[in-house]
Amino acid sequence: MATLSIGLFSSLVGSMNSDFALKLAEAAANKGHTVNLWFSGNATTLARKGQKSFKDYSYLIEKITALPEKGVSVAVCEACAAARGIHKAEVIEGITVHSMDWYVAKAAQSDRVLHIGGE
Amino acid sequence: MGKEILFVVSRPPYKSENPKLAITHAMACYVADIHIDEEVEPIMAFVADGVLNCIKNQRSEAFYGIISTEQHIKNQLASDMKMFVCKEDLQRLEIKEERLIDGKDMGAEVDLEMVGFEEILKEMERCDQVMFF
Repeated sequence: MATLSIGLFSSLVGSMNSDFALKLAEAAANKGHTVNLWFSGNATTLARKGQKSFKDYSYLIEKITALPEKGVSVAVCEACAAARGIHKAEVIEGITVHSMDWYVAKAAQSDRVLHIGGE
Repeated sequence: MGKEILFVVSRPPYKSENPKLAITHAMACYVADIHIDEEVEPIMAFVADGVLNCIKNQRSEAFYGIISTEQHIKNQLASDMKMFVCKEDLQRLEIKEERLIDGKDMGAEVDLEMVGFEEILKEMERCDQVMFF
């Protein structure tokens, strides 16, 4: 089994990048791989509590909260989140808050690193 | 010998967050060893429109009220970070070497290195990980 680190940089709305990254993380975890999922930049908005489901917008909360239960390490960039007004108390349970050194350390020890999206 | 990560920047500075994220992630490598038992060495490569990050005399404080990418790059050079700029893309944009950021302003011993894209490709193959921004 391998270790995959995914850096996601896209927001919830605007592209299918976030949907794809979550599906990929889930598929890799289901195959038994170790998966690290890093929300940075606009992707930090995915980690915010209290998102409401509307039929016209992507809604990924259920997928996001299921990932830690499957063993995926989901983490959000503290500085990128704080810059967007998202603080630790507002982050979904199961998602950890870290600075970038956590992610680059995980990435350095991974078999594969994928960066998805970005502005 | 620890791990090496190559950060490839292809987007221009300002109003695109990626170059700043590349720079801050690269700087974070210097303290990554608090999480793992080995050092992580960052290397940066500016390609395509990303070479525009490397032009000196950026006035972002005056126009956008934010720290310039130039200042971040100088800090990285002062940390002895190896940083490549794609020669072909500089030529495509008619940017001469004298317009590039000078690390010596910060007392850095290393400077931006203008190299051909072949050289950057070799770095992509050589490094343990490649991160595109």
